[in-house]
Amino acid sequence: MGHSVTTVNFSVNGEERHVTVPLNKTLLEVLREDLDLTGTTHGCEVGECSACTVIVDGRPELSCLKLGVEAEGCEVETVEGLAEPGDLHPLQRAFAEHGAAQCGYCTPGMLMEAKHLLDTNPYPAPDEIEDAIVGNICRCTGYTRILSAIDDAAGRVSP
Amino acid sequence: MSESVQRAEPEAAEAFDVVGKSLTRVDAWDKVSGRVEYADDVDLARMAYGKLKRATRAHARITKLDVSAAVAMDGVYEVITGEDVPVVFGIMPAAEDETALAQEKVRYVGEPVAAVAAVDETTAEAACEAIVVEYEDLEPVTTIEQGLADPVDEAIHPDHGQGEGNVDRLGSLEFGDVDGAMATAAHVREDVYFYEGNTHLPLEQHSAVASWDPGLEKLTLWASTQVPHYVHRQLAKALELPPRRVRVHANSVGGGFGGKTDPFPHQICAGKLSMLTGRPVKITLNRDEVFYAHRGRHPVLMWVKTGVDEDGRILALDWKSFLDGGAYGSYGPATTYYTGALQTVTYRIPNYRFRGTRVNTNKPPCGPKRGHGTPQPRYALELHLTRVAEELGMDPIELRRKNFTGSHELTANWLEVTTNGVAECTDRVLEASDWYEKRGKLPEGKGVGFAVGSYITGAGLPIYWNNMPHSEVQIKVDRSGGVTAFCGEAEIGQGSDMMLATLVAEVFGLAPEDVALETADTDTTPVDLGSYSSRVTLMMGNAAVEAAQKAVQPVLEAVAAERDIPMERVVARNNRVYDRQDPDNGVEFAEAVKIAEAEYGMIGAVGSYTPPDHKGHYKGAGVGPTPAYSYSACVAQVDVDPETGHVDVEKVWMAHDVGRAINPGLVEGQVEGSVYMGLGEVLMEAWEFSKTGQHYGPSMLDYKSPTVGEMPEVESIVVETVDDRGPFGAKEAGQGPLLPVPPAVTDAVWDAVGAELYETPITPRKVLAALAGRHVGPTEVPDYAFPEPDHVDVPENVEGW
Repeated sequence: MGHSVTTVNFSVNGEERHVTVPLNKTLLEVLREDLDLTGTTHGCEVGECSACTVIVDGRPELSCLKLGVEAEGCEVETVEGLAEPGDLHPLQRAFAEHGAAQCGYCTPGMLMEAKHLLDTNPYPAPDEIEDAIVGNICRCTGYTRILSAIDDAAGRVSP
Repeated sequence: MSESVQRAEPEAAEAFDVVGKSLTRVDAWDKVSGRVEYADDVDLARMAYGKLKRATRAHARITKLDVSAAVAMDGVYEVITGEDVPVVFGIMPAAEDETALAQEKVRYVGEPVAAVAAVDETTAEAACEAIVVEYEDLEPVTTIEQGLADPVDEAIHPDHGQGEGNVDRLGSLEFGDVDGAMATAAHVREDVYFYEGNTHLPLEQHSAVASWDPGLEKLTLWASTQVPHYVHRQLAKALELPPRRVRVHANSVGGGFGGKTDPFPHQICAGKLSMLTGRPVKITLNRDEVFYAHRGRHPVLMWVKTGVDEDGRILALDWKSFLDGGAYGSYGPATTYYTGALQTVTYRIPNYRFRGTRVNTNKPPCGPKRGHGTPQPRYALELHLTRVAEELGMDPIELRRKNFTGSHELTANWLEVTTNGVAECTDRVLEASDWYEKRGKLPEGKGVGFAVGSYITGAGLPIYWNNMPHSEVQIKVDRSGGVTAFCGEAEIGQGSDMMLATLVAEVFGLAPEDVALETADTDTTPVDLGSYSSRVTLMMGNAAVEAAQKAVQPVLEAVAAERDIPMERVVARNNRVYDRQDPDNGVEFAEAVKIAEAEYGMIGAVGSYTPPDHKGHYKGAGVGPTPAYSYSACVAQVDVDPETGHVDVEKVWMAHDVGRAINPGLVEGQVEGSVYMGLGEVLMEAWEFSKTGQHYGPSMLDYKSPTVGEMPEVESIVVETVDDRGPFGAKEAGQGPLLPVPPAVTDAVWDAVGAELYETPITPRKVLAALAGRHVGPTEVPDYAFPEPDHVDVPENVEGW
C-alpha cells in the first residue's frame, strides 16, 4: 500500500535512532517492528489496557496511541532501557522476587509506569502507587504483588 | 515412582531443600526484562502477514464470495476460502464441528470466511475489505430458550447434535433414588439461578506464525497456545499432513485462563497460507477478534431442588443445567457434564439427579474458562444451601459442616475423594475473618458472605481416548553439572516452568536455576497434554520426579562405589553427593556426574504419569474424576451503597487446600489471581449480544474488567493435606480458588443490605432492583423433556452416611 514514509529522528533508551517509517505507523509498531524492541507489548492497540506504556520525554504514554512521527526529537524509554547495562533495575528485581509477573505480558507497561512514579515521587504512599497503575490491566495477579513490588522497589531506590 | 531410590521420602517440610520455599520463579527474569518471546515476537525472514475476513451476520448462507479484487491487489500473496481448508476439526472427538473457514454458511458474527497473506498487515487488512461476501440471512438463535425451541429456518448444525433442533448435548443421570428420598425429606426447597457468560480476556492477543519447508514437506508453527500437543494433532488433521511433519512450538503465553486451549482457525490458516506462499506467515488477532475467538465461560441457567432432614442433612439433590454453547462444540461435551459433576465432592449427597443440555446459539463458541463448567453450579449450590439453612433456622455454616464430605471416600456419582481439606479451610477462613463477630452484626451497608468450592487436579481422562501417559518428562544430566528437563508442558503464567525446575532440582539437590528447561515443542519434548484442568503440577510433577529419581540413581551409585559409601546413606543435596552420616565424604555434584558418566556412559532417564482409573462406569463418568481434589473456603466482606447499588468488596479471605505448596508464593499468587477473576465475573463482566447476534462491545473499553481500584485486600491461607497422589503431596491451586468467590460476594450483599440476587453479574442496577423488592434473576427454567435418566447405583459407603 502506498503510504507516505518519513524519517523519524529520536532517542530510544539513550541511543540516537533514525528510522524511515510509514506515516500511519504507531510508535508501538515502530519500536517493535523497526527497532526490534519487542519488550513493549500490545493488548488492544486502542488505548484500553496500557500494556504498551513507554516513557516519552519523562512522561508515561501509550505507544499505541502515538504515531511514530510524533516521536520526532523525543526521548523514548522502554523496558529494554530500564536498567544499567548488564544489570537489572530495582523495580525489575522486585517484580521478579515478589511474583509480580505471572504471564509477564503487562509487566513492561507496569514497570515503565512504576519507573515514572518513582522518578517523580520517590516515597509514594500506597494509594499513590495504586493511582499510578490504575489504568494498567493485569489479568493474572490481582495486582497485589505488583503493588508490593513497587513499594519494595521504592525502598530500594530511595532508602 | 521408582522403588530403587535411596533417598527416603522426607516427611517434614524442613527435609526439603527447595520444595516448600517461596523461591523466585525461573521465568521471571525474562519477563521483567522484556526478553521473553511471545508468539507475536517471532519474526522470520520473508515473513508475510495474514488477516482473516470475518462474517458480519450471525446466521446466514453465503450466496457469494468474491475474492478477485483482493487477489489482484499489489502486495497480496494469497487468498484462501473455505474450499481450501475443508477438513472438519475440533478439540474433542465427540464434538468435531468446525472448519478453519466457513463452508457455505456462517454461524456467528466474527466467524472467519476467508484469509489473506500479504506483504504487511495494512495490505492484508485492505485485501480483507476488498473481499465481497453476500449472505442470505437465516433466523438467528441467541438465547437458551430459542435454542431449545424448534428452529425457525434451520438448525445451526442441521447434521448433528444429540437432541432435536439446536440441542447440541444432553446428559441425564440419576444416582440412587431422588424422588423416593425427596418424599421423605422434612424440608424441600427449589431455586433457579443464572450465571452469565464471560470471557478470559488474556492480555496477549492470540498469535501464530507458520513456516512451511517445501523440501522436508514439514510445517512448523509457533503459537500462543496452552496445548501444543492438541494443536499438533488438529493442525495435522486440518491440513492433511502426517503428524510427524508438523512441529508445534508453544511460546510463552501472555495469559490463557482456558482461552487458548482449542485449536483455532487462525493457526490453521497461517499454516495453509505458508504452504501456498512458501513464506512464513504470521496471524495475530486484534482485540475484537479475541472476543470472537472466545471459548469462554458458558452462560448457564440452573434449577436446583434439595431435600433435607430435620437436622439439615441432605437427602437428595435434583439438578438441571441449561448451557448456552455458542456456535460450535469446543469442549462442550465436557462442560455440560462439569455443570453436574462436582456438587457431590464438597457435600455428601446420597441421592443425586443431574439433567443437563447444551444448546447451540449464533454467538462465538463457548468453552473452558478457569474452573471449566464448575463456577456456575457452585454459585447456584452455595447460595441455595444458605437459603435452605435459613429456612430451617440453621446457621448456614453448620448446615454445611453436617454435609461435608470426608477424606478417602467415594461420592454418589463415583468420584474418588482422597485428601479433603474443606472442613479445615472453613475453620481457618472463619477464624481469620472473625466471621461470627461479623455475620449479621456489621453496620447497615456492610456484610460478610461465605462459600466453599472444590476443583480437580487434572482431568482423569485425556481429551481424545487413549491409554498412554498424560505427561512425560525426559532428563539429561550433563558432565558440567547441569541438568536439563524436557517436557511438553506450556508455561502460561501459572508457573509450570518453575514447578518443573523445582521438582527436578529437589531430587538432584540443586537449585531451580541449575535446571535447564526445554519445553512445549512437539519435536524436542515428550508429550504433556497441556496447561488445562489444573493438571500440570501433579501430572508433569509426578513424571518429573520419576525421571529425576531414575536419572540421579546412577550418580548416587557411582559415588557410593567411588567413596565407599553404603547405598542407603548416599544422598544428593546442596549441590553435592555425599554420605549423610559423614557429610565430608562426598563430591561436588558436577564431579559426581563425571564419575557416573565415566562408569555408565550418558546419564539420563524418562518418567511418565498416567492417572488412576476412574471408579464410575456410566455414560458421562469420564467427567469429574481426577487424581485429587483441591478444596477452598472463602469469606468476602462488602460495603454496599443503598443509594447507588454499588458493591465495594473490602476484603477477601481465602483458605485453599493445595495438598502441599511446592512454592507457597506461587500458590498465593494463584489464589490472588483466582479471587481477582472471580470478582470480575460476579461484579461486572458480561458476555452480551443483541437479538441479531452482534456482540455489544468487543473491546476492553466496553467489556469491563477489574482494575487495581476494584481489587480488595486478599488474605490467602494455604492449607496442606499432603496427598499421596501428588508430587511431594501437591494438588492444584490455579482454578479452585475462583469458585467460591462469586457466591461469597453475593451472599455478603444479602448480609449487608438484604438484597437477594439470583444471577451474575451483580451490577448496581440489579442491586437496586433487589432492594426495591424485585426478584433479580430467572424464576423458572424451560419445560424441556430430558431423556429418562440412566440409573446408577451408589457406592456402598454412601449407604452408611
